[in-house]
Amino acid sequence: MEDKLILGGREFTSRFILGSGKYSLDLIKAAVENAGAQIITLALRRANNGGAANILDYIPEGVTLLPNTSGARNAEEAVRIARLSRELGCGDFVKIEVIRDSKYLLPDNYETVKATEILAKEGFIVLPYMYPDLNIARDLANAGASAVMPLAAPIGSNRGLCTRDFIKILIDEIDLPVIVDAGIGKPSQACEVMEMGAAAVMANTAIATAGNIPEMASAFRLAIEAGRKAFLSGTGKVRETASASSPLTGFLHD
Amino acid sequence: MSMINHLEYMDGMENIGSDIQDKVISQMKSYIPESYSAEDVTSAIESPICTEEDFKALLSPAAEPFLEDIAQKAMRERNKHFGNSVYMFTPLYISNYCENQCVYCGFNCKNTIRRAKLNAEEIEQEMKAIAETGLQEILILTGESRKYSDIKYIGEACKTARKYFRVIGLEVYPVNTDEYRYLHECGADFVTVFQETYDSDSYAQLHLGGHKRVFPYRFNAQERALIGGMRGVGFASLSGLSDFRKDAFAAGLHAHLIQKKYPHAEIAMSCPRLRPSKSPLPVNTVNVTERQLLQIICAYRIFLPYASITISTRECERFRNNAVKIAATKISAGVNVGIGEHSDSADKGDEQFEISDPRSVTQVYSAVEELGMQPVMQEYIYV
Repeated sequence: MEDKLILGGREFTSRFILGSGKYSLDLIKAAVENAGAQIITLALRRANNGGAANILDYIPEGVTLLPNTSGARNAEEAVRIARLSRELGCGDFVKIEVIRDSKYLLPDNYETVKATEILAKEGFIVLPYMYPDLNIARDLANAGASAVMPLAAPIGSNRGLCTRDFIKILIDEIDLPVIVDAGIGKPSQACEVMEMGAAAVMANTAIATAGNIPEMASAFRLAIEAGRKAFLSGTGKVRETASASSPLTGFLHD
Repeated sequence: MSMINHLEYMDGMENIGSDIQDKVISQMKSYIPESYSAEDVTSAIESPICTEEDFKALLSPAAEPFLEDIAQKAMRERNKHFGNSVYMFTPLYISNYCENQCVYCGFNCKNTIRRAKLNAEEIEQEMKAIAETGLQEILILTGESRKYSDIKYIGEACKTARKYFRVIGLEVYPVNTDEYRYLHECGADFVTVFQETYDSDSYAQLHLGGHKRVFPYRFNAQERALIGGMRGVGFASLSGLSDFRKDAFAAGLHAHLIQKKYPHAEIAMSCPRLRPSKSPLPVNTVNVTERQLLQIICAYRIFLPYASITISTRECERFRNNAVKIAATKISAGVNVGIGEHSDSADKGDEQFEISDPRSVTQVYSAVEELGMQPVMQEYIYV
């Protein structure tokens, strides 16, 4: 059976969600192709209503848009941005970002739940960006989220899996896809969360700030595929001590 | 003539009772730039988090020989937070009437210059002309005169700007919280106020009259703007008026403390150097070199990695192009600092200062692309 990522009833074969910020628009196409990405995020605040260099014109056809609500400081603003996104023809997917901290850009989980509830009722396919908190993840699931997107580290920090253990709890406990978002700086880290059982990885800065953007997109794709394959294969158990091939109890006969 | 006490609020000026001014001024007074060593500087460069002490070291004379290393670090921070985006905007001066007497400024009320104020129709014409260049962010400026450019006049300009632009910033005289709230409702979301110098003695010598003479009212403008609902606030010292290292430290610390108190606030820094104008340069001004200016910009970037940093048209094309690559994130284009110069039909008023980069929007746009950077016209939705 083909391994598919299912979000809001839509099926995807790629488990790499690519960001479109922080790098030149004319590299988006090459990055998407090398990433094998079928979903790309974009900040709605970057989309033009026409005029010079509209990001929407640079996204290849057939790629699903995942507009985010960056710039929203509370649930109400996130809801307004999501509605605007739909009016602009960006589809029904929305990644909720509610941030009221300009320094660390950490999400406001409480407001995120409120926005999720409203937008899910309006028929949006809601993917909330969140701090990995089990109770909030449950609330988001109850509010109608189609996945949860816990952060690995602060946005843009490339610091890797700072929240590793908490993400693992979400993977173990939440029935929705867990898409690890923000802070992943290297393909090896993307591979690691996929091995842990994450449903997908979202990355932007690690690729945008690479020396060769399309090549780094390709490296992430391979890492994510490798991690997924390892997860599906069932990785061997990690032991504290060596497992002796001539065990002490080998002398027992009955 | 008796002078206004520059530390006392005038009638009608709201006092919000903030403690940030005392913190900034006491830290600035204890900062002795010459006391920092090369070791302090290298430690600041190597530190993953820039503390206030590191910031002081980066601004010190001891840091000058390390400018290349500082620039490299600044560029890493810039890329991490902003990628290759360069935000573009233009200022629009709608009036140059001013009631202040700032000895270094072309708009000084004692100067005999051509004064002008655009009417509603002229403002719309100017905005239309600017919008046709593709810009989506505008900064509305006035001289500081409540009489000629009252709050309602500025508010109406904001309402017109909402028709043409996504982002509206204001650089006008400081006002009270309720007035900022009104201007926000009219469409403005960002407020920039230059403190000019944070040394209150120098401040008193340079700002001889008008409401601007009142140091604390100006100092607390950003906080009032945020209380009034503005999304972001901008800070600056005008380098050259006093000890530029201490001034830059104070401006950076001011921004840092405001962000700490209002975590949602978007923070912006400007880095103007004193430029020639219709006013003769004051006697005690200091020449700040390009290297020193870049040092300040890089120190801001490292201390406030998340902040927007604007590079002024006071600087030349060569400096601006390099500054946006290393540390700055925002650049103005198609700049006129006089009144009514974007379209042909308005009255002309004289300039506030001389600009060094007269490039059009198209020219700056192309130059940014040639740098391998990405010009961004808007990254914002007014909600």
